[in-house]
Amino acid sequence: MKDYGASATPAETVQVATSGDVVTARQMVRTLAQRGGLGLVHQTKLVTAASELGRNMLVYGGGGVVRAAALSDAGRSGIYVEFRDEGPGIPDVELALTDGWTSGNGMGLGLSGARRLVDEFDIASGPEGTTVRIVKWAR
Amino acid sequence: MSDRVPVLKIGRVLLVSIQQDLEDQMVMDLQDDLSRRIVDTGAKGVVIDISALEIVDSFVGRMLADNASVSRLLGAETIVVGMRPAVAMTLVELGLSLKGVRTALNLERGLKLLRRLGTDPA
Repeated sequence: MKDYGASATPAETVQVATSGDVVTARQMVRTLAQRGGLGLVHQTKLVTAASELGRNMLVYGGGGVVRAAALSDAGRSGIYVEFRDEGPGIPDVELALTDGWTSGNGMGLGLSGARRLVDEFDIASGPEGTTVRIVKWAR
Repeated sequence: MSDRVPVLKIGRVLLVSIQQDLEDQMVMDLQDDLSRRIVDTGAKGVVIDISALEIVDSFVGRMLADNASVSRLLGAETIVVGMRPAVAMTLVELGLSLKGVRTALNLERGLKLLRRLGTDPA
């Protein structure tokens, strides 16, 4: 995935340390998506993906930072969202992206489901933490 | 610390109308409250109105599915009503089809469905 992080400005951020913060983060993403001209179904998919990834970050990464921004690239506009934690990392990312795989008490749809709901998805994970970056284009 | 979603009793039916964006703790509390109220009241039907919910993610989806199963074991049928079309499309793409959950378009139809299932809401 292209590195949109730098071009996506100005970015808004939410620190996620509680499940209430996950709600705040997804409301931020929704507001940006509405302003960014995403249709209702696209908005709903993006916010749902943000909810899954925000919860993952909290439960498995011990919390972190959600950063989101409007984006324009090659005549398209969209929303960029980044989830960065400093948790222990995901030992096997490919496995974690498999439907039904879960290390906790979820349904195992968090990562794989979120990936299906967005247009671009990138994950980097190691002992120093996990960063997931997603983009949803306004069609 | 977090709010609770009210569970209202109307006749033999419990009505849950979710009116705000749900935190995970509220979702878990609702699951506990509902099963307790079913036992306490002997309710035969549960209607969960999610028309105000802008998203249903896998956590809330799991609560809806689990709740339908638990309620059934306790002798009550659950109908989820008012799901927005964009939410339905997102749930399916997420991989959650909520197979065991009965749904209806709105509250009125949900109550009608309960009646047809032999749960007289009065």
